[in-house]
Amino acid sequence: MIHLMLSWRDRRIVRVALAGALCIALCFAATHGLAQASSPEQHQPAAQPPAPIDYWSMLFVFMLATFIGMGVIRRVSRLLHTPLMSLTNAISAIAVVGSIVVTGADYPPTIRLLGGIALFASVTNIVSGFLITDRMLKMFKKQ
Amino acid sequence: MTYSIEQLAYIVSAALFVFSLHWMNDPKTARRAVIAGVAAMFAAVLATWIQPQVVHHGWIILAIMLGFVVGVPLSRVPLTAVPQRTALSHAFGGVAAGLVGVAKYFLWLGEGPEHLTPFRMIAIVVEVILGFLTFTGSLMAAGKLQEVRWIPQRPVIYPFQNVINIGLLIIAGALGSLLVAYPNEPWSAVVFLTIIAIALVFGVLFIIPIGGADMPTVISILNSYAGLSAVAMGFVLDNKLLITAGALDGSSGLILSIIMCRAMNRSFTNVLFGAFGNVKAAVASGEQKNYKQETPEGASQVLEQARLVIVIPGYGMAVAQAQHRVRELYDQLTKRGITVKFAVHPVAGRMPGHMNVLLAEADIPYTALVEMDEINSDMPQCDVALVVGANDVVNPAARYDKSTPIYGMPIIDADKARMVFAIKRSKNPGFAGIDNELYFKDNTFMLFGDAKAVIGELVKQLAGGNH
Repeated sequence: MIHLMLSWRDRRIVRVALAGALCIALCFAATHGLAQASSPEQHQPAAQPPAPIDYWSMLFVFMLATFIGMGVIRRVSRLLHTPLMSLTNAISAIAVVGSIVVTGADYPPTIRLLGGIALFASVTNIVSGFLITDRMLKMFKKQ
Repeated sequence: MTYSIEQLAYIVSAALFVFSLHWMNDPKTARRAVIAGVAAMFAAVLATWIQPQVVHHGWIILAIMLGFVVGVPLSRVPLTAVPQRTALSHAFGGVAAGLVGVAKYFLWLGEGPEHLTPFRMIAIVVEVILGFLTFTGSLMAAGKLQEVRWIPQRPVIYPFQNVINIGLLIIAGALGSLLVAYPNEPWSAVVFLTIIAIALVFGVLFIIPIGGADMPTVISILNSYAGLSAVAMGFVLDNKLLITAGALDGSSGLILSIIMCRAMNRSFTNVLFGAFGNVKAAVASGEQKNYKQETPEGASQVLEQARLVIVIPGYGMAVAQAQHRVRELYDQLTKRGITVKFAVHPVAGRMPGHMNVLLAEADIPYTALVEMDEINSDMPQCDVALVVGANDVVNPAARYDKSTPIYGMPIIDADKARMVFAIKRSKNPGFAGIDNELYFKDNTFMLFGDAKAVIGELVKQLAGGNH
């Protein structure tokens, strides 16, 4: 659908991007298969099997969110592309939720330290991202 | 129970993020976007923090406080430095994703190999490669934009550059596949650290050959990578909110890159592997042509008689700090009933939309800012086109001269205006090192000097004539 909304040159870029994504997916599927074939013992019912990860639904979320992102971002006013970039910076710093768990859980200290540095970096992005976005948006006046 | 609260908060956050981006479609509603974003962030952070597995709070509080200490000054930088700040925040985003990937790998390696499922390993490998290459790449980009002394501004070219870069990526990919297949061998940790080292080196090598003119595209691409590394982190942590937010960021970066590439008539591959600067030497030479000069007095008399004036700002205007003088000129002209518009080329600044922010800071109403595609049809009716510090984006050679590196780039048709005044600091060629044919046209007159001083002089003439 996005395909139809773009000019031919953009379509080519999107096509290349999609082809790239497909290649990566196929490579992963191949390595996945290889990994399963090479370590069959891991797939025997172990004494304490780890909780299964529902990765198909994650891929689903990724696909849908990308489409929503494309649709929403394409409508963003061209005037606001700089604030948009600082806003999306802040938004993607939602990675902070991962860092909080790594920093705060009962893990070895070195691992928690890595989490702490990541937490610091994410919080910096959240704080400076939202503040500077607001600062820039305040400047856009009609008259 | 807490799990349900967390998931509910995540759903609300994801919805608020989408709303936030939706409100950016109009400057009138845009400030709501920030409120929605902040609310979403608070909800997600609180819901995560109350989870039972979070037992240590000291480091979390410390890290958050440090984040505020660094983040607040970073949000107060001058607007000309926003591109650097943005690049720096991509670097922070990348390193955060990379470090969490490292932490998770070693955690699972210690706890037991059954956690290192192939899917997780793929996600971790992608996360660390993207995260760390975004980290060093963005630091390099920030350094180039900040004009740090020991980072070369001009593209650095060496033999077999693309072969080396692509080779490095292939090696990283191969090692990654190896690690996915054998995550828990005695040598796995070494392979993992090697992948990180390659990603760090690749980030540097990837940015070195890219010149200043391509920075808007590079920043957008790095934005996309930072988003994708957050997505990979979401896959590692089984966190759908992270995947959603990362995908929004990634698609934003992709769309902005497309817009930037289109504005320069370049392809992604050309930006990334083309090394823009190396063609310039062949073109800069040429016979001596003559400029026609005009004085500020003469120019202000012409401006007074005009009905439609189109100002074409370039980054040179920001370098000269001339925005506020431009605003005064805008006031003087609109006071006389003259229509003044600003023609903003997508790559006029150093990142997407940069010029709009610089003009908005000078209190120029956003209704006067017009995109290239819309302004070009007005150009033949324009009495005076005033070029302030712009160069390549008004070079008519882009339309017909196949030998220039900017051939095919969409430009603002300043040459179609009845008269052109171009303010230029010196007689040297611009950023891309190309002579500008506009300056030698019959209806073009040059105003040499510092943009701030020249426009100040124009304002003075106009204000003086008023009494």
